[in-house]
Amino acid sequence: MLEFMEGSHAVAEIVKRCRPQVIAAYPITPQTHIVEDLAQMVANCELDAEYITVESEFSALSACLGASAAGSRVYSATTSQGLALMFEVCFNVAGMRQPIVMTIANRSLGAPLSIWNDQQDSISLRDSGWLQFYAEDNQEAVDLHMIAYKVCEDHDILLPAFVCFDGFILSHTYEPVALPGQEEVDAYLPAFTPYQRLDAEKPLSFGMYATPEYYTEFRYETDRALYRAKESFIKAGREFGEQFGRDYSALVEGYRLEDADTALVAMGSICGTAKDAIDEMRDAGKKVGLLKIRTYRPFPGPEIADALSGVSTVAVLDKNISLGGGGAVGTEVKAALYGSGAAVYDYIIALGGRDVRKRDVAAVVDLAEKGKGDMFYGLRTEVL
Amino acid sequence: MAEVEQGCELFSAGHRACGGCGPALAARLLLKATGKNVIIASATGCMEVFSTPYPETAWGVPWIHSLFENVAAVASGIEASLKRQGRSEKVVCIGGDGATFDIGVLCISGAFERGHDITYICYDNEAYMNTGIQRSGATPYGASTTTSPPGACAPGGNPLPKKDMPAILAAHGAPYVATASIAYPNDFVQKVERAINTPGPCYIQVHTPCCTGWGFESGETLAMAKLAIDTGLWVNYEMVDGKVVKAKKVRRKPVEEYLAKQKRFRHLFKPARRDDVIANIQAIADANAERFGIDIKRKESSE
Repeated sequence: MLEFMEGSHAVAEIVKRCRPQVIAAYPITPQTHIVEDLAQMVANCELDAEYITVESEFSALSACLGASAAGSRVYSATTSQGLALMFEVCFNVAGMRQPIVMTIANRSLGAPLSIWNDQQDSISLRDSGWLQFYAEDNQEAVDLHMIAYKVCEDHDILLPAFVCFDGFILSHTYEPVALPGQEEVDAYLPAFTPYQRLDAEKPLSFGMYATPEYYTEFRYETDRALYRAKESFIKAGREFGEQFGRDYSALVEGYRLEDADTALVAMGSICGTAKDAIDEMRDAGKKVGLLKIRTYRPFPGPEIADALSGVSTVAVLDKNISLGGGGAVGTEVKAALYGSGAAVYDYIIALGGRDVRKRDVAAVVDLAEKGKGDMFYGLRTEVL
Repeated sequence: MAEVEQGCELFSAGHRACGGCGPALAARLLLKATGKNVIIASATGCMEVFSTPYPETAWGVPWIHSLFENVAAVASGIEASLKRQGRSEKVVCIGGDGATFDIGVLCISGAFERGHDITYICYDNEAYMNTGIQRSGATPYGASTTTSPPGACAPGGNPLPKKDMPAILAAHGAPYVATASIAYPNDFVQKVERAINTPGPCYIQVHTPCCTGWGFESGETLAMAKLAIDTGLWVNYEMVDGKVVKAKKVRRKPVEEYLAKQKRFRHLFKPARRDDVIANIQAIADANAERFGIDIKRKESSE
């Protein structure tokens, strides 16, 4: 049954059904509605969890780390400056292999201060060891939370994950969403079984320091786990499809790519706009398609190369900028397509909440087909 | 994560601490007080580094280290998790004075304000020792560190007084706050026992002289800790619900006896005596004695 609800509320509802035992979070726009909803659920005895009202995002994730290490399923949510404040803890959580799931309501980073959407926040944590999944719409955001817990808690993986959905564009938008019932979620996601935990019955030391003789091997093991997460995600996504009828077994998803000459590559809600734009361009006779990246980490390089093998021109829509180095997604897509012969162009677009319409997507395709790219799209030169 | 070999001591020998390390003794005493039914959360610092070089660990109880400044937040999460699971382990944080007085204050303040049932032990050796003796908020007035060195424009070394961390935590409503010293091991053990058995966030600041950082012979650690108390520069006291209820009384010695034995105060005696700085330090001891009422008067015996 579809229910019409706000994206943040849908996320809170599915998080509740995933039965986190400890929640620690700090308010920040546009994530706040999620943690407000969860607080009310705890207050109403609808959710049996410890809810820690921490004094900062830094402490939110630190508390999650402690709770996870002590053997609880945990949850947090943040965005933008809050995620930046968690930077140090993010690397630590991944290195300590704690299966924490955190929602990111994607938002730009200051300065200048901006509360609006782009994906600079989570993309800036790309090297931290967290899995990163991006939702195109609120249904996918809901579903990816269940999949994220399943993948993270897989004892062959044991990694944390960001479930990213675009701030305001999704978090504050009302859409019809199918919310699985508690019994259905329980059937998909079993109770948390920690691989190891802090326990007086079996004393272990967590978070020891490593000398040069061991440090590299710790990093290698974590890197391998991220790559193994591809298979785990595919399996969890297939099982999800079997149970709920919505298949997530693909790390990347093509739209009208079969005979395309030009392909757009994007992540998140911009994919919806791109699909509508593609439909119109197709009606006008243009052979254009889209490749949506669902899992930015692990990065699906070979999967991208495979999906785009028949394409001559690629236009990457990057809602981030690695200042002085180009768009982060574009850079990696170029590496994935190295030697393929395809011309790959990168477009920095939709920063700080600037709206992207179908005509903008079409304009990007025109630019790419004319060989113009690796640029900021839609710069207002009059204010420069 | 490493398996732990259980010996007769819960904090086992063979760790990498300097000979004569005050904090190492505090760790051993701490675990005598807590027993096995405890989870230790440690901040980055000397103790964390000397006790857990992977794949070895000195800790015979469950132990976790995350970062320098987040130990109280990590402990908050552990406590919440245990509560949710109905488990009985006590949660104890350990941080040095840098982790406690300076970089970790935000997390500590949050954890104490929220009232988590944790005990926070600060092992206070009065500077950042793990990075090579830099000034912290716990460094006493007049001490030389590598970032508060004496020089022509700064003849006294560290120009700032020690932060009153116990008062800050008592002001958070902590039900039990105490200071202790490794010079009085039974007293420290009893205070830890009281803290872990008091519901809510409790704080113990234990004075742990550092022979390397302070500049004295490694066999003199306990003597140095005792001299700090005997001069009134360190006071062992307990605060219950924000009020000082007990302070160890002493027949005070002049602070010079303590200062002259440590290289960190050498600049107060050579090349020229700094009577002004020494007098200021004596005034700090006198103020401590006044505040806590520690001077033994005639016909009164030491507690």
